[in-house]
Amino acid sequence: MDWVNWLVSTVSRALAFGVPLLWGTLGEICAERAGVVNLGVEGMMILGAFTAFAVAQSTGQPGLGLLCAALVGGGAALFHAFLTVTLRANQYVSGLALSMFGLGLAGLLGRGWEGKPLAATLPTLTLPGLARIPVLGPMLFQDQTVLTYAGVLLAVLLWLLLFRTRWGVVIRSVGESPATADALGIRVSLVRYLCVGFGGLLAGVGGGYLSVAYRPAWTEGMSAGMGWIVIALTIFAAWDPLQAIWGAFFFGALYHLSYRLQAYLAPELLKLMPYLFAVVVLAASGFGGARWRRRAPGALGLPYVRGER
Amino acid sequence: MVGPVHAPTPDAHPPLVLLKDITKRFPGVVANDRVTFALHAGEIHALLGENGAGKTTLMNILYGLYRPDSGEIWVKGRRVDIRSPREAIQLGIGMVHQHFKLVLPHTVAENVALGLAGTPFWAPARAIGRKLRELSQRYGLPVDPDRRVWELSAGEQQRVEILKALIRGAEVLILDEPTSVLTPQEAQELFKVLARMKAEGHGIIFISHKLDEVLSVADRITVMRRGRVVGTVLAAETNKAELARMMVGREVVFRLRKGTCRPGEEALLVEDLHARNDRGLWALRGVTFRVCRGEILGIAGVAGNGQRELVEVLTGLRRAERGRIVLLGRDVTNRSPRLLSDLGCAHVPEERIRMGIVPALSVEENLVLKRHHRPPFCWRGLLRPKAVRAFAQKAVEDYAIMTPSLRTPAKLLSGGNIQRLILARELSGKPAVVIAAHPTYGLDVGATEQIRQLLLRQREEGAAVLLVSEDLEEILELADRIAVMFRGEIMGIVPAGEASLEEIGLMMAGERRLAVRSEGI
Ligand SMILES: Nc1ncnc2c1ncn2[C@@H]1O[C@H](COP(=O)(O)OP(=O)(O)OP(=O)(O)O)[C@@H](O)[C@H]1O
Ligand SMILES: [Mg+2]
Repeated sequence: MDWVNWLVSTVSRALAFGVPLLWGTLGEICAERAGVVNLGVEGMMILGAFTAFAVAQSTGQPGLGLLCAALVGGGAALFHAFLTVTLRANQYVSGLALSMFGLGLAGLLGRGWEGKPLAATLPTLTLPGLARIPVLGPMLFQDQTVLTYAGVLLAVLLWLLLFRTRWGVVIRSVGESPATADALGIRVSLVRYLCVGFGGLLAGVGGGYLSVAYRPAWTEGMSAGMGWIVIALTIFAAWDPLQAIWGAFFFGALYHLSYRLQAYLAPELLKLMPYLFAVVVLAASGFGGARWRRRAPGALGLPYVRGER
Repeated sequence: MVGPVHAPTPDAHPPLVLLKDITKRFPGVVANDRVTFALHAGEIHALLGENGAGKTTLMNILYGLYRPDSGEIWVKGRRVDIRSPREAIQLGIGMVHQHFKLVLPHTVAENVALGLAGTPFWAPARAIGRKLRELSQRYGLPVDPDRRVWELSAGEQQRVEILKALIRGAEVLILDEPTSVLTPQEAQELFKVLARMKAEGHGIIFISHKLDEVLSVADRITVMRRGRVVGTVLAAETNKAELARMMVGREVVFRLRKGTCRPGEEALLVEDLHARNDRGLWALRGVTFRVCRGEILGIAGVAGNGQRELVEVLTGLRRAERGRIVLLGRDVTNRSPRLLSDLGCAHVPEERIRMGIVPALSVEENLVLKRHHRPPFCWRGLLRPKAVRAFAQKAVEDYAIMTPSLRTPAKLLSGGNIQRLILARELSGKPAVVIAAHPTYGLDVGATEQIRQLLLRQREEGAAVLLVSEDLEEILELADRIAVMFRGEIMGIVPAGEASLEEIGLMMAGERRLAVRSEGI
């Protein structure tokens, strides 16, 4: 029964590792559905990770830490929105700058805390009843934090919001054809600000999870390129929150395996694995073409200027 | 309260809308030059003018899409500053846009639900879909709420655009060329709705290039030319010729000179062509016809019966699943658009902006698009700007393209001038076959006349012309033979001289099929 144990722990860890990816991807889907690319996910996540750690360490409350991480992520995203929506700066440049800035700032502020473990961590849950199901119980319902389940719930809610509500029609229209939305009296800028800001909140939580739950400590650069995987995952999931769920956990599994297999393969090679796979997946989804309905929102990356032909 | 009243006021009420001394400049053009325009409650006021006269610009100013450089806007006797469409909507203004404002990947219902007050929060598309079905029945503008807009033909998209405005029921309704791709029946249905709205006290601004339509629908007509108002006349006291003269500044011939048809060798042969539409359903089910040099074959039919797919297959943009296409004796089924165009097949596409030009490229670049890779425009892989410029200069003069300069991005031209640009490019290399889809839709009377002349000249010079149009009048006027399409099949091909409107109408409705004699194809 050794391989069962192995499977259980792999899946369980994959879930745990997939959580920040899921939150980040949901945030990015939210922003991109409204037509704004935010390449600043890496920056927002690391800022979230640092904030959550700092607040949890000083107040002893990891929940408060997560809340502050969300606010910081949201604030950073709103700055991106200001640059790209109001000032119509290039979205890619602004996003990259946000990532660099976030990594730098978190590194600077976190100097004194480098390597410190966190005393007050986010508790893990054992779901009563469900956890006792053989194999599935320990796989899915033990040793997870609340953010695992909240993330899945959030994905479902976001999907409902986007595809089953009036707001969803508005958000997707703004992302596909802002001129159409504008002509019908929709406040395009407002919608974009809200979506980008909300996306930032989620990325902040994703980052906070890293430092208060997944690896309760502060190390510089602990987001370890997850923000970039999030960008790839958004495309991989075809801007669909439900597909983001299994996409995130699949990449979580890849991350986890790259640690597990360190004994057998060169660690450098293994570290490459998620990224390599991201490239493969992106190429594959490109080949799928229209049949898969994998289309980016029509106005993605384009600033909206009223009256411009 | 209103200040000096410019337009004749029939009664003491202030006009519903008064645009006063509006001026709007774009780089290189004054689109509106001190324009004054009044709309009263309970009237249909038509706005006429050549392509580029500034009609859309004026309406976009009223709708808050553009800010005027100077001038005042009064609504119901109150001076207003309309800074966005949102504010216009709040003032009770609605608009049907000339260039459809639709979210293409979304369903019809989602498009209608967008921004519509009173839609439920949950499942808005479903609720609107029900309402829409009922309304489109009542208004005689059939649409399927569940279809995605990008799958629809231009005519169907226009119906959606109109329904969107009607469902909102604005007090001031701006219709910017609402009938450009509607069938005559659909247009009649629309006019009935407009008459009802008028009786209820709404004010309607109606822009169209179809003079008959304008004369029968409008109460008053304001004519613009090059950004200025030429005059306002009562519809009851004017006629087509006078309106055309006011618009163009010269006499316009409504009857074309057309020589007798002397068909030459076969240029295009289509045999048992089958193709699917974007949804994977059969759009062409065994289309067969031939076009000879020196003749125009008109394809008539209601929008969405496979015409678009036919044109796309013939120009190499869509796969033929079965059947074959022979161009000048060579089998070109499923070959690339580049090969087809090199063999002398010209394409005047239905969607001008999306498929006819590269909007951000300049006028001169667009003019050489199909031949930029060959001499004289290209030398060892390098573009030769001088040759390009010289060619473009000549094309702009020959085809009377109104553009501020050769370097102006093509997207800034008015609709009619974009079409002239496309024709200039497509017809320049002495094409053997010209495939023209709706070549004059949205064009003013002058441009329509010129473009029809151009097509006739192609025929005289020995090109085979395939003319796809929903405008039956145009087909009857230009074509030598008329093929009628219905549900992806040709219902019959009749010589234009022998065609009766009634017979064609029946075939368009699918109620009549002519045996296609083998020599008649
Ligand atoms: N956003 C813009 N930027 C630059 N030039 C513009 C813009 N919009 C319109 N123009 C120019 O202003 C002039 C008037 O254009 P407008 O679209 O109002 O004409 P129109 O009367 O509606 O013509 P049509 O019958 O072809 O629709 C044209 O010369 C056009 O090229
Ligand atoms: Mg116009």
